[in-house]
Amino acid sequence: MKTTTQGPEGQLPAPTSHRTATRGSARRGPAPEQPRPRVEGSLRRRRRLDKLTVALFLAPAMALFVLLVVGPIALAIYTSLFKWNGFGGLPEDFVGLDNFRRLLEDDIFIGDLKRGLILVLLSIFVQLPVALGLALLLNQPMRGRAFYRVVFFAPYVLSEVITAVLFTMVFSPNQGLANQMMSALGLENLQQEWLANTSTVLYALFFVISWKYFGLHMILYLAGRQSIPKELTEAALTDGAGTWQVFRHITLPLLGPTIRISIFLSIIGAIQLFDMVWVLTGGGPIHSSETMAVTMFQYGFRRSEVGYASAISVAMFLISLVFALLYQRFVMRRDIEGAITTMREKR
Amino acid sequence: MSTRRDTKVRHFWLHVIAIVVGAFIVVPVAFGVLGGFKDNGQLSNNPFALPSPWVPENYTSILSSSGFWRPMFNSALIAVATVVLLVLVASMAAYVFARFNFRGRELLYTLFAAGLMFPFAVAILPLFVLLRELSLLNSPLGVILPQAAFGLPMTIIILRSFFRTIPGEVEEAAILDGCTPFGFFWRILLPMARPALATVSVLALVASWNNFMLPLVVFTDPSWWTLPVGVQQFQGQYADDTARVLAYVVLAMVPALAFYAVAERQLVGGLASGATKG
Repeated sequence: MKTTTQGPEGQLPAPTSHRTATRGSARRGPAPEQPRPRVEGSLRRRRRLDKLTVALFLAPAMALFVLLVVGPIALAIYTSLFKWNGFGGLPEDFVGLDNFRRLLEDDIFIGDLKRGLILVLLSIFVQLPVALGLALLLNQPMRGRAFYRVVFFAPYVLSEVITAVLFTMVFSPNQGLANQMMSALGLENLQQEWLANTSTVLYALFFVISWKYFGLHMILYLAGRQSIPKELTEAALTDGAGTWQVFRHITLPLLGPTIRISIFLSIIGAIQLFDMVWVLTGGGPIHSSETMAVTMFQYGFRRSEVGYASAISVAMFLISLVFALLYQRFVMRRDIEGAITTMREKR
Repeated sequence: MSTRRDTKVRHFWLHVIAIVVGAFIVVPVAFGVLGGFKDNGQLSNNPFALPSPWVPENYTSILSSSGFWRPMFNSALIAVATVVLLVLVASMAAYVFARFNFRGRELLYTLFAAGLMFPFAVAILPLFVLLRELSLLNSPLGVILPQAAFGLPMTIIILRSFFRTIPGEVEEAAILDGCTPFGFFWRILLPMARPALATVSVLALVASWNNFMLPLVVFTDPSWWTLPVGVQQFQGQYADDTARVLAYVVLAMVPALAFYAVAERQLVGGLASGATKG
């Protein structure tokens, strides 16, 4: 690897320039003299040492990453072109894009996409506003604020599995909390087999997801809200703006980047959802709570249709990738550009 | 005068809302805790009141069974090993990304950053095949190594941006004193980076502790199950014994919640900063 004299993106000072054999690089202090042979030799040694250091220090990370992350994904792309049961070395039955054609006609997969979309929409229009509202609430000075924050965020540290098992019990038809509460409130007719009823299961799933994750979004919004200078809102209030107007015209726009990140995380999470669904319902009843990852798991690990499952994996990967790229380019571009101009101005 | 009353009224409603939401969080857990002290009959007939009589057998039988402690131990072992490996490897890589110039640096960094987009679910199937070929199934390394690998993107991003804030003069001084890059890394940079290291360690620890999919497919031998797998299997085995399952789940929550009580600030700070940089 050749060492160059260019600094990084221009946002932060370049690493120490002593490493680069420069004669006229930007450096504080007097201009350096012509280096004598002895000094030149040690500079050369230093550069070789640097190259060695870079190579050695990067090697373990590269090895792990390429072998265990990039490799499997490349392998997934490869095996998606075959019909394979997963045993005996490498696949041999090449079927080209057949697996993908089958995907597009597979009701379960199409259903996964629809269910994913429903979950995303519910997240954006139900969970996020609640998280935002609570963040704004907790931003007010009030007693016990830190305590509430700790409590609201706590479910995030629990595994999806533990959450799912707990809520399997909560939603249990006879002894579960949900139905018991219904009967206590006299709402017997609302009692359900929450997880066994095709029309309620997805919403029960969404409830559990919200329980676990709304604290995360709330923390994000709190952080974002706290980075809005108080002077802005105070100035607006003294100018006679109402609370709602302050929110609508100052707080909300300035929270834009945070909201966009929150939505991004929600969507990525919905695409990859597995643990919670697997433990809560296994995808049932009759696939009505299934997600892409669950379908992939079924075909790959239970039915040994590894080629087809790989095609599902590749589809998930492509969807995530395309979404991330489009989102970065169209939605977050303003935020990134804004950040870059701010950094430039700061210098 | 009226503004002070307005503030009090407003605070009252704030508290009401906060308490309602807090109840939403706490009630299911309380249901679990208390339910574990009941037997199934009480759960049906006496759902909301305190257990009477208190039935500690659910909790005690689980606490005295290796079916609980073995997964705990496995989870702890794997989590610690993952974190140590990950932080070591990632900090070395983040160091050269932050302090050295070399051709292809930005490209390689982007490759790692793109890794944030590779979900476990996409790679799990070929990863399983790969691990099987490498004879790493039913071995803790079969979980530790992939977890470290998938943790690299986030960790490198956080560490690199921290390392860049270390002024060059510190390094120059060390070099002048005859320090090798590795010496600087090990004896100066890492100790200075303790807050960032704490943050990434906490994030990685939680991720490893809660990981389900990977141990599920890697460990067919029950003696290596981690806690999430153990919880799921327990629920499958005792599906009708609601009280017992609740007890197990509640006990399984204890380590995570205890850890959270200690490390909450690191976790929240790390997530907020990781999200804004990602």
